Amino acid sequence: MPLFDYAPAPESRSIVSLAPSYGLFIDGEFTEAKGTFKTINPADEEVLAEVALAAPEDVDRAVAAARRAFESWSALPGSERAKYLFRIARILQERAREFAVLESLDNGKPIKESRDVDLPLVAAHFFYYAGWADKLKYAGLGPDPRPLGVAGQVIPWNFPLLMLAWKIAPALATGNTVVLKPAETTPLSALFFADVCRQADLPPGVVNIVTGAGDTGRYLVEHPDVNKVAFTGSTEVGRQIARSVAGTGKKLTLELGGKAANIVFDDAPIDQAVEGIVNGIFFNQGHVCCAGSRLLVQESIASPLLEALKRRMSTLRVGDPLDKNTDIGAINSKAQLDRITELAGVGSDEGAERWSPPCELPDRGFWFAPTIFTGVTQAHRIAREEIFGPVLSVLTFRTPAEAVEKANNTPYGLSAGIWSDKGSRILAVADQLRAGVVWANTFNKFDPTSPFGGYKESGYGREGGRHGLEAYLA
Amino acid sequence: MPKSSTSSRLAVRKTYKLYVAGKFPRSESGRTYLVDGDNVALASRKDARDAVVAARAAQPKWAGATAYNRGQVLYRIAEMLEARRGEFKALGVAGSEVDAAVDRWVWYAGWSDKIAQIAGGANPVAGPFFNISAPEPTGVVGVIAPETLLGLVSVIAPAVVTGNTVVVVASNPQAAITLAEVLATSDVPGGVVNVLTGRAAEIAPWLASHDDVNALDLSGVGDSELATELERAAAGTLKRVVRPVSGVDYSEDPGTGAMTALLEIKTVWHPKGF
Repeated sequence: MPLFDYAPAPESRSIVSLAPSYGLFIDGEFTEAKGTFKTINPADEEVLAEVALAAPEDVDRAVAAARRAFESWSALPGSERAKYLFRIARILQERAREFAVLESLDNGKPIKESRDVDLPLVAAHFFYYAGWADKLKYAGLGPDPRPLGVAGQVIPWNFPLLMLAWKIAPALATGNTVVLKPAETTPLSALFFADVCRQADLPPGVVNIVTGAGDTGRYLVEHPDVNKVAFTGSTEVGRQIARSVAGTGKKLTLELGGKAANIVFDDAPIDQAVEGIVNGIFFNQGHVCCAGSRLLVQESIASPLLEALKRRMSTLRVGDPLDKNTDIGAINSKAQLDRITELAGVGSDEGAERWSPPCELPDRGFWFAPTIFTGVTQAHRIAREEIFGPVLSVLTFRTPAEAVEKANNTPYGLSAGIWSDKGSRILAVADQLRAGVVWANTFNKFDPTSPFGGYKESGYGREGGRHGLEAYLA
Repeated sequence: MPKSSTSSRLAVRKTYKLYVAGKFPRSESGRTYLVDGDNVALASRKDARDAVVAARAAQPKWAGATAYNRGQVLYRIAEMLEARRGEFKALGVAGSEVDAAVDRWVWYAGWSDKIAQIAGGANPVAGPFFNISAPEPTGVVGVIAPETLLGLVSVIAPAVVTGNTVVVVASNPQAAITLAEVLATSDVPGGVVNVLTGRAAEIAPWLASHDDVNALDLSGVGDSELATELERAAAGTLKRVVRPVSGVDYSEDPGTGAMTALLEIKTVWHPKGF
């Protein structure tokens, strides 16, 4: 047990001023919609604001605005588009604290994460793609790559603003205009971003934000005047989108689910590996598509490693997302909490052994204690299905070949981790893993220059880096 | 069908069978169909599945071969195709097209050890990390091939040069199986290219929905309704789909797009430090 307890260190929420309600951002203006829905703070279930629910006719208006804006935006010299994106990046840096607090309020993620990971990456992403806008002919995609037109983009709730940045920055840099639908449970940072666009004097219609639920998203991706669809979310919805896009000629990129193996070999530095395992699965409450949710540990070190892991988990602080000492915040929604609870229950039912550190959870809000399951086999649902929560399934292996076989034994292929001190083994295993991102002796690292995306049923296309441009150019 | 030049001798005719796992089996269905006077194997759903098994089995080793080695094998294909020009001409393929097909193999042979440098690279991340992106083959590719010999070569070569293995549904069976004979004598490991002759509308849906097929190239699908149906079926396992483009001129410079469409980018991170 720690010698000293942590005193509360709450970040002030006064930096965010929330309006009671928000409209849709279409053609540079906030406009009302007929329906509304409420977005809550998952840490205390208090309503944060009321948000417009976009109906089909609202999406039509947004797509039409994007279409009108496309002509002049795509004709703008790349160097001018670049300057708009640089402006946006700068404004985001200036307003980073405000956005970080807002993101933690609406999403439930710890402030130290939204402050130190999400927001810096968001600004960096706009800076990175800003620089590409006038250099597209050097991207290796032909002498005169052309934008596609109107991009319909649908993003998830786990990294609301970061996913927005991943979608909007490359789309705008390449001369496309966008209609973006944020997730139903986390619409606020996208609406605040709309204000950033206004501050940057971005021409009306270049970015449109339509809030709503699944139906709004479906209507957007199926809209006949959308030329490009980009989606990040579940594999199941990804399949539906791929089906609906079939035959339309729309360009499609999908960043879907994962069930990443985090492989720890017997020569791995144990303390570093434990930090990596914790970061891999408990970062962002495990609401990470590339989370290291399957720990594959070499049998010979399984018991000391698990002991060290449990010791480390006992020091994780779960609670108020706005407390600067919090490691694990709130689960984003009741629905997600129910899903995690159900799958964890299945884990116990199917015979795996469940363990969580003693940990006091707040009375209100949605919470799930960090949990590991040992004695998991490949047949268990908790080893096959994406839980998208702070739940780790532990399996063992004896040889590198067995580790690779087990790691690849999934329809997913988004990410993987390797922990070993032996360089040749890391490189050989990295070669054989069927995953789009492989972290060796590290985990959950992201960078705008580094392409991200999956193999197999984790989707197709890459976001980030030069490769990320390809999704938005013809 | 090559005709005998001397009237006194009865010609030995060729039987056009499938090409699966490096062998030339008949269709398990026992079916044939008549094409220009030849009885040609009419592939079935089971043949398609057998071909996928063969392609999957061959894939890791083919992808694991060095790029240099794969380039040599592709160049060998060009040599063998050149040597068999006469057979294709006898099938009615223009000499200029056979030449172009040979040259296409040579072109792609050269790409084997270069595409990774074009499609991948080091990423300057903001931190003390080694970070590199490199392309890898997507796996097993179902190919609905265009009718011409040059079209056929132009869809097979870019898939296999990077380490994919393919199941090809060919609509010009004699030329396709004659090409398979070229492949069979070119050190292409069995299963890397599998050729099914028959009706695309019958076989392709089974490839499109097959769980062990990673990508689907619809270049040879002329019927847009069938193309849509296949793309929709492919969505079930989120296959990469190469959509048909009407009016492709295969004699033009193919660019790198046909290769990169069937590649995955893998990015590896490692910390740097003393």
